[in-house]
Amino acid sequence: MTTSLPIRVTVNGRVYERTVEPRLLLSDFLRHELELTGTHVGCEHGVCGACTVLFDGVPVRSCLLFAVQAHGHEVMTVEGLSADPNHLHPLQQAFHEAHALQCGFCTPGFLMALLPFVQSHPDPTEEQIRLAISGNLCRCTGYENIVAAVKLAAAKMAGRPTDHLVPTGHHSPSQGGGA
Amino acid sequence: MKPAPFAYHAPRSLEEAVGLLAQFGYDAKLLAGGQSLIPTMNFRLAQPAVLIDLNPVVELSYIRTDADGGLRIGAMTRHAQAEHSEQVARAAPLMHEAMPLIAHPPIRHRGTIGGSLAHADPASELPAVLLTLGGRVQAQSRRGVRTIAADDLFVGIFTTSLEPDEILTEVQLPPAPPRSGFAVTEVARRHGDYALVGVAAWVVLADDGRCQQARLSFFGVGDGPVFAHRACALLQGQRPEPALIAEAAQVAAAADVDPQSDIHASAAYRRHLVAVLGRRALTTAFARAAGG
Repeated sequence: MTTSLPIRVTVNGRVYERTVEPRLLLSDFLRHELELTGTHVGCEHGVCGACTVLFDGVPVRSCLLFAVQAHGHEVMTVEGLSADPNHLHPLQQAFHEAHALQCGFCTPGFLMALLPFVQSHPDPTEEQIRLAISGNLCRCTGYENIVAAVKLAAAKMAGRPTDHLVPTGHHSPSQGGGA
Repeated sequence: MKPAPFAYHAPRSLEEAVGLLAQFGYDAKLLAGGQSLIPTMNFRLAQPAVLIDLNPVVELSYIRTDADGGLRIGAMTRHAQAEHSEQVARAAPLMHEAMPLIAHPPIRHRGTIGGSLAHADPASELPAVLLTLGGRVQAQSRRGVRTIAADDLFVGIFTTSLEPDEILTEVQLPPAPPRSGFAVTEVARRHGDYALVGVAAWVVLADDGRCQQARLSFFGVGDGPVFAHRACALLQGQRPEPALIAEAAQVAAAADVDPQSDIHASAAYRRHLVAVLGRRALTTAFARAAGG
């Protein structure tokens, strides 16, 4: 017989108290208990990276942790990147400008896998970027624009010029135009 | 796709964890990093009645260098901690170089050194590293503490000689002698995937430049890490010339390993990779030994 357990978890700076079954995955806890559905669930065995969140500041698979294990810990999800939906985090803004997503399913996982990376790599090489995203699958973009977006984000966050970093052939939707 | 129900215990100390394991025995699984166990639970391939979570047992997370230069790594040390540890890079460069081959950064933030070894996946890197280095693990139960040599630890697919009431608590790696060199390399379908074939090599040169000791283990080609006894015997006492290295790698492929075919690669292709990767790893290891 399994007993539900009380847990206290800090998510995006807010403390939540819930009583959960031990078998509840952290990914399902975030989505179903806290209704933070920005964290996506893809493969549920650690391969796709869609459910990546920050756990005590480092990227982990939320489908490979039980919610009870998060008791007393801090989680950050994609919802925590920016409090204001009209002002994206520079990393999100770079994904937007560089067309680093099409369907967007994988994007929250990429963003959370990348946040500590861009914070600690102000001028990353392409190889470093590709290793950083090696645990995240994207079936739309072919990764080229994601790599470009990371370079753009790193430049934005380091205050370097960014004009040359938006991939050619694309222009930001914010600049108008259309298909 | 959700795990079957289980009872959850989160001991705060090793003593408490050992007591719980003694109490529940076969019904219990130890939860370390969970990067292999939780996927199998999500698929319900594993349905333990009890989970004993070792993550709160902070005393199992450490990296210490012994007076003789050997290394002791607590079982709950994360892959990422070992990967970025100066001590590991200095005292066990083979392990250091193997770390980036293990899955991806988010997996390495959770996965543990002890968990990898106790899980004993035949295609994983760390069992072969431990075997190549001639390392040992320490196991603790209510009955006491014992030390298990790598040779005696891995007994089959996902199977170790740990008893059901024993917790793997520490990994012990011997110091690297002078004029030693190492290499680890693998071929995988995608970076971070389990290797089709991988190899860990560690060699020591005598003062006259001959091979004093060669240790070579392959992974992904057997029931566990496979020590290439015949290839190593061929190198013993010889000058590590390119022709001899190539011959040793061929011997490993022909006589030391017994790879299986699966959906990812045929047995013949794996055997081919053993020869190629074995040659590359030995060449690098001998060059590093000669240079250092």
